[in-house]
Amino acid sequence: MLPVPKFFPMGDQALIIEFGDRVDPALSAHIAALAQRLRDSRPIGVLDIVPAYSTLALHYDSAAVGAGASPYEALAATIGTWLKTQSVESPGAGRMVEIPVCYGGTFGEDLAALARSRGLSTDEVIAIHSGADYHVHMLGFVPGFAYLGGLDARLATPRRDTPRSRVPAGSVAIAGEQTAVYPLDTPGGWQIIGRTPIPLFRPDASPPSLLNAGDTVRFVPISAQEFESRSKAAR
Amino acid sequence: MSVTVLKPGMLSTVQDRGRYGFQHLGVPVSGAMDFFSHRVANILAANDPDKATLEITLLGPRLRFEDDALIALCGADLSPFIDGIAVPEGKAVRVRAGAVLDFGAGMAGCRAYLAVHGGFDVPVVMGSRSTYDTARIGGLDGRALRQAGVLPVGSAGATSPYPGLARELARSKRSFSYPKWAVNQHIEKLGRTPQILRILAGRHWDAFPGAARDALTSGEFRIGVDSNRMGCRLDGPVAIGGGPPEILSEAVTFGTIQIPPSGKPIVLMADRQTVGGYPKIAEVAGVDLHLLAQLRPGDRLRFELMSLAQAQALWLRREQEIITIREAVEKHLTE
Repeated sequence: MLPVPKFFPMGDQALIIEFGDRVDPALSAHIAALAQRLRDSRPIGVLDIVPAYSTLALHYDSAAVGAGASPYEALAATIGTWLKTQSVESPGAGRMVEIPVCYGGTFGEDLAALARSRGLSTDEVIAIHSGADYHVHMLGFVPGFAYLGGLDARLATPRRDTPRSRVPAGSVAIAGEQTAVYPLDTPGGWQIIGRTPIPLFRPDASPPSLLNAGDTVRFVPISAQEFESRSKAAR
Repeated sequence: MSVTVLKPGMLSTVQDRGRYGFQHLGVPVSGAMDFFSHRVANILAANDPDKATLEITLLGPRLRFEDDALIALCGADLSPFIDGIAVPEGKAVRVRAGAVLDFGAGMAGCRAYLAVHGGFDVPVVMGSRSTYDTARIGGLDGRALRQAGVLPVGSAGATSPYPGLARELARSKRSFSYPKWAVNQHIEKLGRTPQILRILAGRHWDAFPGAARDALTSGEFRIGVDSNRMGCRLDGPVAIGGGPPEILSEAVTFGTIQIPPSGKPIVLMADRQTVGGYPKIAEVAGVDLHLLAQLRPGDRLRFELMSLAQAQALWLRREQEIITIREAVEKHLTE
């Protein structure tokens, strides 16, 4: 059973609905499913619907929402009524997405050091990392970046002391209790253990992001040769 | 029809109202920082509001118009001139093919907007022409203007606006012509110091101690030198502390005031990330965001608390003011 949602304004052109205050795959999956259903219903004046761990945000054009002096009150009432019509059943709307990863070597320069620091062999790290299912709680940080839950505690490793000025797109990394894939070339301080040949963010594709909130991710180990052939195919 | 970049300037990017509909995939909205001046420039250039303009930051570019063009400049006063002669802001300006637009000293504000009739016609990416250089999308090749770049301009409509200006230019030896009338392009004057910005209590306002909230509303802040299109970093007299250390990451918006562990507020701007993990003490009212976008590093500002109802009423009034400007301009379109 979900707690009663609480509404908060976020400035005069957005609002946030809070469903809880914890990291819980069932909660964020439910919020992601609500976000998708609300998006499909195209509420008037709403520009963006952004699910997160325990909240759902709506960005709106207050002039288009209309309703006189209080667009916030009007929109909050509309959405509050809509939420009451939504079932709390487990949504199961997310997809299972397999992401091929070439672990170690030049693609994962921190793999060996990470394995040593955890008292594991590199093969054990690969087996643990690719043996789990990860839940996409939300996207953010940069386009196509998924906040994944479900990293095995044996792999939890602090960030690098010195961040890299450029981490190549597709890098698969670990920091603290999180694992993620870098969708773009960006600076970053995470421990890089591998790389995927498939793009996480393609602006000309529909949808432009490989992952969406509510999806499940599984990493599949591939060889360097397979990486080369698949990255050619992706181009 | 095109405009050639003879010199790119400090940071000149093609922007429209932003890339909406993809924030749930982590895609920032981007768009014009001073979206008000962007809109007024489009109105003066007889454009639809969604046309892309050029956002020009502090040190302007040098641009050559390869064909006759109708343009408008709004926002910051960066001393624009065409072929050596000062060109007014807040007016429709007819420009002769071959004319070169240049900028001089920054007199007031931080960002000027150049609209050209037909709009800058760079490819639409995910529903917008706005430049977002981190992901290399939108704008001219996904980034700020570069030397020798060529900005395509969209085709104009069937009717030519301001026919009198074109006739005047044909008779004249000058490179440009403009009318006597002007619009009140700023509504509020730029360059007030300290600039007052009105704010609304944020989601974590109550989680901060009274002293921190007082520090935010009574202190004078300066725009930090490391401010950019993602955010304005503020230097204040005291650190804003005592709030929740970190929160579960969730959505943020244009104008969100985050308090990181340093206690130095960051106001999130057009290229902000879609989510954040720092507590949100307040949001800048939508009607004042364009004033913040016009502040330069070192400029002083103060915050004043206002209610959500007031802020939303002022936003609707602002929409009316823009309609009034548009109607005033439309009366001159056939002159």
